[in-house]
Amino acid sequence: AYRTDEGQPWVLPVVKKVEQMIANDNSLNHEYLPILGLPEFRANASRIALGDDSPAIKENRVGSVQSLGGTGALRIGAEFLRRWYNGNNNTATPVYVSAPSWENHNSVFMDAGFKDIRTYHYWDAAKRGLDLQGLLNDMENAPEFSIFILHACAHNPTGTDPTPEQWKQIAGVMKRRSLFPFFDSAYQGFASGSLDKDAWAVRYFVSEGFELFCAQSFSKNFGLYNERVGNLTVVGKDADNVQRVLSQMEKIVRTTWSNPPSQGARIVATTLSSPQLFDEWYGNVKTMADRVLLMRSELRSRLEALGTPGTWNHITEQIGMFSFTGLNPKQVEYMIKEKHIYLMASGRINMCGLTTKNLDYVAKSIHEAVTKIQ
Amino acid sequence: SSWWSHVEMGPPDPILGVTEAYKRDTNSKKMNLGVGAYRDDNGKPYVLNCVRKAEAMIAAKKMDKEYLPIGGLADFTRASAELALGENSEAFKSGRYVTVQGISGTGSLRIGANFLQRFFKASRDVYLPKPSWGNHTPIFRDAGMQLQAYRYYDPKTCSLDFSGAMDDISKIPEKSIILLHACAHNPTGVDPRQEQWKELAATVKKRNLLVYFDMAYQGFASGDINRDAWAVRHFIEQGINIVLSQSFAKNMGLYGERAGAFTVICSDADEAKKVESQLKILIRPMYSNPPVNGARIASLILNTPDLRKEWLTEVKGMADRIISMRTQLVSNLKKEGSSHNWQHITDQIGMFCFTGLKPEQVERLIKEFSVYMTKDGRISVAGVTSGNVGYLAHAIHQVTK
Repeated sequence: AYRTDEGQPWVLPVVKKVEQMIANDNSLNHEYLPILGLPEFRANASRIALGDDSPAIKENRVGSVQSLGGTGALRIGAEFLRRWYNGNNNTATPVYVSAPSWENHNSVFMDAGFKDIRTYHYWDAAKRGLDLQGLLNDMENAPEFSIFILHACAHNPTGTDPTPEQWKQIAGVMKRRSLFPFFDSAYQGFASGSLDKDAWAVRYFVSEGFELFCAQSFSKNFGLYNERVGNLTVVGKDADNVQRVLSQMEKIVRTTWSNPPSQGARIVATTLSSPQLFDEWYGNVKTMADRVLLMRSELRSRLEALGTPGTWNHITEQIGMFSFTGLNPKQVEYMIKEKHIYLMASGRINMCGLTTKNLDYVAKSIHEAVTKIQ
Repeated sequence: SSWWSHVEMGPPDPILGVTEAYKRDTNSKKMNLGVGAYRDDNGKPYVLNCVRKAEAMIAAKKMDKEYLPIGGLADFTRASAELALGENSEAFKSGRYVTVQGISGTGSLRIGANFLQRFFKASRDVYLPKPSWGNHTPIFRDAGMQLQAYRYYDPKTCSLDFSGAMDDISKIPEKSIILLHACAHNPTGVDPRQEQWKELAATVKKRNLLVYFDMAYQGFASGDINRDAWAVRHFIEQGINIVLSQSFAKNMGLYGERAGAFTVICSDADEAKKVESQLKILIRPMYSNPPVNGARIASLILNTPDLRKEWLTEVKGMADRIISMRTQLVSNLKKEGSSHNWQHITDQIGMFCFTGLKPEQVERLIKEFSVYMTKDGRISVAGVTSGNVGYLAHAIHQVTK
C-alpha cells in the first residue's frame, strides 16, 4: 500500500471530497446494485483502461464486470475461462504465470479449476532485467490456446516491464500461436503517473485485434484498498459475442457474491465522470507516482555515491511500487536482523516504505549488506 | 472469428429479472413484489436511522482505507457471532467458533459451500428444503456439491408438510449435509414451530447430519432477534456443531454494502483456529479481503448500546409493518368477496409470502395488472403498502375467482 513521506496511509483528497458529496446526498440509499455492478462505474472503468478513443469502445465490443478488487476480477475471468474457453469446461488448458509473479495468481486459477498452471520466463536475475528471449521461447513452445497472465504495467514483484518494442514482439508471438492474453492491471496511473502510458500494452493488444480480458484494480490508484473496487474489462470481436459472455459472467457472479459492494464504485464513478474531479484525481495519482519515482532516483544516487558494489540503474529503470533490488537471501537477512529493514527474501522492497527521512539509512544499510555479505 | 462463438446466452436471473421487467413497465399502478428488499409504507427504500447515525460517526472518525484482514473486520465478526449465538451461549463464550466476514448472505453461503467441498469428505450431498431460495442450488453446484431435497412446503395447505419433512429427513444418509432456513423461510414464509424445531433437531442429530443454517432475516421475521435465532441456538445447545451464514442486507437495510458472515461451530478454540486458517486460504483467491463499509456500519450499530437499541426498534418496526400488510391483504381479499382461504398469508412470516397462485395466474397478474412477482407465486410483502394493498387484493381476486 502507498505511504506518504511521513510513512502514513493516504486517503486521496479527491476521495475525501467525493465521500462527503455521497454522504450529503440524501437521494442515495443502500439498495442492491445490478449483478454486473454500477453501470456508470463499469463504463468509466473500462474507458480508463482502453482510452477515450478506443476503437473497441466505439465498436461497442467492450463489456465490464464490477468486481471485488483486482482479485475478484481475476477470479470471475478465470471461472469464465474454465467454463467457456477452448472448449467447454476444459480444465486442461495451460495457464501461464510469470516467474516470479504475485503469488495469488496461481491460487486464483487453481481454485477456478485449472489443472495445468505453468510459469513463463520473466525475471533474469543475472542481468537484473527482463528475460525476453526466455519469455518468447516459452510462448513459442506453449500449446496453442494457452492462457497467459500479463502484467499491464509495474510488474509485481520485479517492477520490470517490457518496453513497447518488446510488447510488440510478445503480441506477435501470441497472435501467431493463438494464445489468450489476460492482463492484470493493478497500477494504472500509479506506475508512471500517466494513465495512457501505463495502459499502452493493453491498448496495443486491442489495436492488434486481440480478444482479451483485463482485470483492473482501483485499490492503489484510488487508494480505495478496503472498499474492494475492481473491474473486469472484456474485449471481444463484436457486441453479440460480448453480450453472451457477459450473460454467462453474470451467472458466475450470482453464485459468488450476487452483486458487488456499492460504496467504492460510487466514489470512482463520481470522480471519473466529472471533468473537474477527474483532473483532481489525476493530480492525486501523479502525487503518488512522483513520490515513488523520487524515492527511486534518490536511492539510486545515494548507492552510486557510496560506491556500493554492483550496478544500481535497475532501481530507476524498474517501475511501480516494488523493486527487485538484487539482494540475495543472506543479504536480506542481514537487512532485517541487523538493520531492522524489512523486505522479502526475494530482495523485493516496497518503494512506498522509503521516505526522505530514511533514505540515507536504507542506502547505507544496503551498502553494508552488499559489502559485508556475499 | 471469436473465442466465444459457442458461448450460449444465459437465461435472465428469475428473481432479479422481475425488477428489470417492472422497471420497463409504464403502468402507473404497477407493483414490484419481486425482489426481497424492504420498502416503507410509501413504497420507498428505507435507510435505517441507526445506519445514518453510524455513517456519520464513521465519517467523523476519518479512518484510512487500508485493507481489512482476509477474515474481515474483527469487531464485526465477533458481534455477528454474538448476535446469532446469543451473548450467554457457551459456544460463544468458550471461543469454540470461527466467524469470517462474507459478501452478504450469498458470499457467506459460497465460502461455506467451498469449505465443505474441500474439507467435508463424508458426503457431497446437500439437502435443501423443497422449495428453497433459487440461488442455493447454483451456489452449491458451482462449489462442487450435489443437490438433494427433503419435503417442506405443502401446496395443499400452503403451510409446513411436517410429517413429510420428518419422514424424508429421517431417511437422509448419515453424514449428509442438510440446509435449514433459520427463520422466515424463503420463498414460502413457512417456519416450523419451536416444538417442531425440537423434533427436527433430534432427528438430525440421530442421523448425524451436518447442519448448515442460512439466517438472512434475524429480527426481520418476528421483530425479535432472539426469537428468530431460537432454532440456531437450540441446535447448538443440543450439541450439534452447525455452520451458519448470516446476512445484514435486510435486517439493517445494508443490501448493496454486502455485509454478511460465515460461522463454523467447532469442538474447541484450537480447532476453530485451524478452520479459520483454511477459510482464509479459500477467501484469498476469491477476492483477497472483504469490503469495509457495510461491516463497519453493522459493527458500530451492534457494538454501540444506543445504536443497537435503536436498531432493535427499527427492525421491529419493519417486521410489524410487514405483519400489518399481511393482515390488511387478507381483510381486503375478504372485502373483494373472495371465497378462498387466505389464512396462510397471515400464518406465514417474514418478507415473503407463497400465495399459492399458479403460474398462469401470476402471468395474468403481470400482464393485466402490472403486479410483478416470481412465477412460483412468491410475493415480497415488503413491496405492499397501505396505498396499494387494495389494488393488490383486487388483482388477486380477479385472477382467482
